Amino acid sequence: MNREQVSRTLQQHGAVMVLGLLVIVGSLAFDSFATPANAASVVVSSSFLAIIAIGMTFVIISGGIDLSVGSLFVLGGVLAAYGSQYGPAVALLLPLAVCGVVGLLQGLVIARTGMAPFIVTLAGLLGVRGLMLAISDEGATTYLVKDRSFAALGQGEILGLSYPVHITIALALVAMVLLQRTGFGQNVYAIGGNEQAAALMGVPVSRTKVYVYVMSGLLAGLAGALNAARLSSGVTILGIGLELDAIAAVVIGGTLLTGGAGGITGSVAGVLLLGVIQSLINQVGSLTSAFQQVVSGVFLALVVVAQRLLSKAQRLT
Amino acid sequence: MRRTELEPVLEARGVSKRFPGVLALDGVSLALLPGQVHALVGENGAGKSTLIKVFTGVYQPDGGELRYRGTGAAFGTPMEAQRAGISTIYQEVNLVPMMSVARNLLLGREPRGRFGVIDAAAMYGEAERVLSGYGVETDVRRPLRTLGVGAQQMVALARAVSVDARVVIMDEPTSSLEPREVDTLFGVIRRLRDSGIAVMYVSHRLDELYRVCDQVTVLRDGRLAHTGPLAELERLRLISLMLGRELNEVRSQGLTRFSRDRRAARPTAPPTAPSTEPSTAPPAQPDEAAAGPHTNGQVPVVEARGLTRRHVLEGVDVSVRPGEVVGLGGLLGAGRTETAKAIVGALPLDGGQVLVTGLPLRAGSTAAAIRAGVSLLPEDRKAEGIIPTLSVRENIALAALPSLGRAGVVAEAKIDRVVEIFMRRLRIKAASPHQLVAELSGGNQQKVLLARWLAVRPKVLLLDEPTRGIDVGAKAEVQGLIDELAQEGLGVLLISSDLEELVEGADRILVLREGAVVGELSGDEVTEERIMATIAEQTIAGQSDG
Amino acid sequence: MAELTHDRGSQRGGRVAVLKPQVYAWVQDYGVYAAVLVLLLFNVLFTPHFLDASNFRTQLVQVTPIVIVSLGMALVIGTQGIDLSVGSVMALAAALTVLYLGYGWLPALLVAVVGGAVVGAAGGALVAYVGVQPIVATLALLVGVRGLANVLVPQLVEFRNPGLIALGSSSVAGIPVIVLIAAALTLIVLFVVRRTTFGRQVVAIGGNRSASELSGLPVKRVLLIVYVISGLLAALAGVLATARLQASDPTSLGLFIELSAITAVVVGGTPLTGGRIRVLSTVMGALLMQLLAATLIKHNLPQSWTQMVQAVIILAAVYATRKRGTR
Repeated sequence: MNREQVSRTLQQHGAVMVLGLLVIVGSLAFDSFATPANAASVVVSSSFLAIIAIGMTFVIISGGIDLSVGSLFVLGGVLAAYGSQYGPAVALLLPLAVCGVVGLLQGLVIARTGMAPFIVTLAGLLGVRGLMLAISDEGATTYLVKDRSFAALGQGEILGLSYPVHITIALALVAMVLLQRTGFGQNVYAIGGNEQAAALMGVPVSRTKVYVYVMSGLLAGLAGALNAARLSSGVTILGIGLELDAIAAVVIGGTLLTGGAGGITGSVAGVLLLGVIQSLINQVGSLTSAFQQVVSGVFLALVVVAQRLLSKAQRLT
Repeated sequence: MRRTELEPVLEARGVSKRFPGVLALDGVSLALLPGQVHALVGENGAGKSTLIKVFTGVYQPDGGELRYRGTGAAFGTPMEAQRAGISTIYQEVNLVPMMSVARNLLLGREPRGRFGVIDAAAMYGEAERVLSGYGVETDVRRPLRTLGVGAQQMVALARAVSVDARVVIMDEPTSSLEPREVDTLFGVIRRLRDSGIAVMYVSHRLDELYRVCDQVTVLRDGRLAHTGPLAELERLRLISLMLGRELNEVRSQGLTRFSRDRRAARPTAPPTAPSTEPSTAPPAQPDEAAAGPHTNGQVPVVEARGLTRRHVLEGVDVSVRPGEVVGLGGLLGAGRTETAKAIVGALPLDGGQVLVTGLPLRAGSTAAAIRAGVSLLPEDRKAEGIIPTLSVRENIALAALPSLGRAGVVAEAKIDRVVEIFMRRLRIKAASPHQLVAELSGGNQQKVLLARWLAVRPKVLLLDEPTRGIDVGAKAEVQGLIDELAQEGLGVLLISSDLEELVEGADRILVLREGAVVGELSGDEVTEERIMATIAEQTIAGQSDG
Repeated sequence: MAELTHDRGSQRGGRVAVLKPQVYAWVQDYGVYAAVLVLLLFNVLFTPHFLDASNFRTQLVQVTPIVIVSLGMALVIGTQGIDLSVGSVMALAAALTVLYLGYGWLPALLVAVVGGAVVGAAGGALVAYVGVQPIVATLALLVGVRGLANVLVPQLVEFRNPGLIALGSSSVAGIPVIVLIAAALTLIVLFVVRRTTFGRQVVAIGGNRSASELSGLPVKRVLLIVYVISGLLAALAGVLATARLQASDPTSLGLFIELSAITAVVVGGTPLTGGRIRVLSTVMGALLMQLLAATLIKHNLPQSWTQMVQAVIILAAVYATRKRGTR
């Protein structure tokens, strides 16, 4: 392998490698780290962020960003809990429908007006949060999940892992195929890599962008609904700032914020990395959870610096 | 011959296109025949790009008719034109740099396997097969950006042709190619021609046209100046058609507006050193060679020694004396722009040194170069020159700001004075100094940039394509200004792809090729023929040198 | 190819906009002022007790931290950057203030401000010297610095330092001191942007970075300083907010203020694409959002409405800016 290939491999699979390394180190250092129970707790708590990060990965590869997902996550949870009084189907479909429509609107505004995704989804973040407050009596009402079969979606287990984990894995696999092996996925990469060229190469730029934001909205809503099922309630305060965690995970996973490169595996690894860091810090015991933020921040900074150097190395060859 | 009895595949009949204030195309007719390569030439602003854009669906014509394969056609978007079979290869590669070669080549037409999912193995195989026909042998899984520009161009070409094209339009396709790649390209073009595709070839490089084109159409000021078989058209006649000047006038007066007396005043090759600097000599020691002849013992105001950067510059020596205009000749990619950037510290170097009036300059610092009196007028006005969000006034004052204030606070009155002086001297046409520079014409923007540099009172100005893309009047003014500045004692390094401009503007010309100085011309040697001969001779010699 | 899009853009603009460019330009230049004026007028007419000094003062005091943070944000956005770390810097400043309060409130304030400057320098160095995108560089700081603040001061700490409490609650001629400080900072930033070499360089770098480099501007240093200023102002805002609260609260102080600050800048008509900085309009933008929230609340419309209306205003403001920007 030459230098260019090494740096490319590092960029694409660095997160997975670091994840592996951290797990090994953690297992050696702490007896209670590499236990099934701990692994399950890391995986379960990571699954909701992972679902959001999958959507975010598409958005970022297409050259955009979606700040509204944290608000959509909360809204999805509230809507699911509210809808559960009308049965499991409504509990699942209501958040998907509403969050999908929000994504659609954002996508349309971004694609049609050429306004910056950052700003449009920032407005989305505020607007959706307002919407969420409006339907929950300014956050005062916490709807409880009344429907047992819906609650089971978040709480049931197969093979020792709860359903949300299986759903996340399935979604990640579908997303990988979608991204790597379909025309839509190719279009997402092409738009993020060079929008003008993509347009001249026949890529339906606007439509692809709209799809990407719809997907991101749907996934955020789904994550919220599953979380509500798990907690048996639509909590109105969780999920604030989740968009930043999702972006951090995606970036740590090797997806370039400038668009055009990246992948699902990396993002999932990025989410797990954040989870493992938290778990490790919990293992130490004497450290507060605030320490996790410090480590995550430092880690993110290191990753972006490394990415920058790697991409420089690639350009020189 | 091939061209008899053929129906045109794509045809413009009396096409006009008007923009606010400009009639960009005025009743232009042009027919592309299958199996023919058709050259489209003209100066900047002649309407070439507008015509291409009409053909490719970017613009809709205001008048006249577009016919494609025998019927009237209207392409609403570039995609429509492409789907109909008109493919365009642009000057800059229009692919996605971070995607793999194969995915770029086959985007939208990837081979599918089970469940309609892309079959990666088949895709890579197909890509390798297609590209080998274009002389590109590479790992098709690599990101496109890791390929050389020439290979990228070939991928773009392969992509364009493989979508069932009946017409292929190439806009300056060779501008970034190596000679070897140009040969490959021409091979491909001939193959396209032989398979009955109509090719429209747009280029400024006349020798290339003669190598590969059958027909030629000359546009001038939005009108058709000539159309017909290329072989029957003498080269000088072609130039005169492009420029709209009488053939005799071209022969006797030259083509630019540099003052004739300057040219006459240029010292002829001195008798003392007649044969020490023949154009074909290797770049022995240009400093020493040049120190003798026409400097009257003056210290060079700027002197670059052995500028080296891997793959870009190989030991370039340049020196400019006060009042001297030194031209840098050579083809695109020969390292002219890079030399200029290296001198002002805007290009990181692996080796070499720049001296200003004998004192070494801190490497890699544009600010230090400017303080020492060396300034660069960059080639790309939009990307590297103007600050579009600022006014004419702020743009002019930008580089001189530190000297136009005290303790970091700007002195508005001083700026006003400087700006007024230069706006008047350079005849910058703006509604007011406070007008946004982005709203000015190209020529006036260029003058604003010149003013920016004159305001720092440089000792040497490096001018990279100072008259490219500006209208004729402004061009003459800029050329006159260069003369004037040199007479006032400013050293000028002039880079121009316009050979006439170079020959008539420069006292001395260094010819670059592949990042090295391959010849120096002065006195009577400063002619277009000698420049071209120097480039050509060294092409052969340079290849054996490795 | 750049030309191609440009041509298409101008063509499209030409068709739609015969009269509209002036309208958009006007909205961009004076829209905020007009909106603030209209809201004020509305409130004077329809909101009881609106002009009461205490109410008015509360509004101003509440908006002060956002105003101060937005000043730095405007500079950063002027360079085509963004600073997401400001809220966390406020939290860090709150933590440092209370930690060093034993040495007196002024030394504590200085330590906090220096801390903010250091964080700014870290972000600036990543952006200017390493070439990391501003949004990720400052995102890393947002996460890490908030954590650091929480590690330093894990829970809310009340204090009784009279000097600091006075800073937060005293008034001069009926105007709260912190409002005066914000006003002074506004004037200073305004002066820096309009009248100093540095200010011109900031705008030029935002307008065209490579041109600025070729013009000999100290691009990297200027970028670094801009982020340092942003960190410094955010820290100052953090200290003032802490002084007003009479408690240090690193867990929630400054949470999401980066969004409010970006909103203020954008609503003020400073384009995210850089090359223009509108200081007074940014302050107006912050005031507008505050006034809007106050108005809606006074008229018994819940907080949810405020956020939805704010969302619409952001979109409208950027839409108006966009027209001018793409010309």
